[in-house]
Amino acid sequence: MKQGMGRRDFLKLAGIGGVGVVFGSALPGMANAHGDDDFFFLQLSDSHWGFEGAPNPDAKGTLPKTVRSINQLAEKPDFVMFTGDLTHTTDNPVERRRRLGEFKKIVGELDVKTLYFMPGEHDASLDNGKAFQEFFGRTHYSFDHKGVHFVVVDNVSDPRAQIGDEQLAWLAADLKTQPAAKPIVLFTHRPLFDLVPQWDWATRDGAKAIELLMPYKNATVFYGHIHQEHHHMTGHIAHHAAKGLMFPLPAPGSQPTRAPLPWDPAQPYKGLGFRAVEADLDEARYEITEYPVQKA
Amino acid sequence: MNLNLKAALIASVLALLGIATAGYVAAQPAPRAKVIKISAKRFDYTPGNLTVKKGQRVVLELTSRDVVMGLNLPDFNVRGDMIPGKVVRVEFTPDKTGEFTFLCDIFCGSGHEEMHGRITVIA
Repeated sequence: MKQGMGRRDFLKLAGIGGVGVVFGSALPGMANAHGDDDFFFLQLSDSHWGFEGAPNPDAKGTLPKTVRSINQLAEKPDFVMFTGDLTHTTDNPVERRRRLGEFKKIVGELDVKTLYFMPGEHDASLDNGKAFQEFFGRTHYSFDHKGVHFVVVDNVSDPRAQIGDEQLAWLAADLKTQPAAKPIVLFTHRPLFDLVPQWDWATRDGAKAIELLMPYKNATVFYGHIHQEHHHMTGHIAHHAAKGLMFPLPAPGSQPTRAPLPWDPAQPYKGLGFRAVEADLDEARYEITEYPVQKA
Repeated sequence: MNLNLKAALIASVLALLGIATAGYVAAQPAPRAKVIKISAKRFDYTPGNLTVKKGQRVVLELTSRDVVMGLNLPDFNVRGDMIPGKVVRVEFTPDKTGEFTFLCDIFCGSGHEEMHGRITVIA
């Protein structure tokens, strides 16, 4: 870190081997403004705790292995954000709570001080987020961290896959408190844009949230749901989807249905992983480094 | 009564009723729609495979046999709720041929993600 080694170099040498990609963002007026405040966070998504099936014969081991990998990082992230589908859906409300409780206990082993959560449709769509809130609290909120304004948007507690007018009004009011040059990071579960509506990879009123972000020249979205790394631009706004931690899904629109990709015994955990995101405000960009579940 | 007199009488009656005989052709009903009833139950549509003709107006009559679900046919920008005890009608006129997926877009349970059907549009 010090003596000429940047954090991103450090992350790459941290022991489990990530692959980094740099995403520049127009940050007018931000360059050199926050050099000492650079930080990184981790994004974990779609752990689907409770899933059982051929796409992951180590369904009960993948999340604990991921926790161990994160705990081996030589440098701790400032926080971890879980972008939904913590658990796999169940029609049984008791089982839903059991899964949420087990998930919470497992990620409680993370050696990271600050954890943030949001639901996916598997956690929240059958009871409007009731069970999720019992374990993790609010489903939409915002916070500030070292010069960045983070917003968490819930597009799953309504089973119609929409944010809803009430939450959109909250989002508008929340963003209105931020200056146009402020770096904004929005976390959500589903894509806000129509990635593949035929696969339910969309948010019915997501365009309204994007419209609210448009005045902010440095707005970035991180989401989950599609179980793979994916990058898309709507105007100047970058949308980055994360890998999942249970089973990968096919490339957008590449086949008639979105069935999970088969487990490859020769390459276990292939397509699964987590990511580090370094907010490099000094150079006006985010650097995303993808990590496997465990060291190969 | 001769034929000319009959025609004049009919025209007079229509005029009194405010129906313009000259507008008769324009007032003809739109081409008949193909009406397809689709019912849903977790996690299937019945029928799950439809065939319609390009250019023919299609009316889908949607209902559910258990919980609230949806039918979304993104390629034709058509969607409707499927509500137990109610019939929701949506209509569209397919303007392209091919096979298209429709899916449930209201999360309805453990089999929701496998709930989809297929519509084939022929020339």
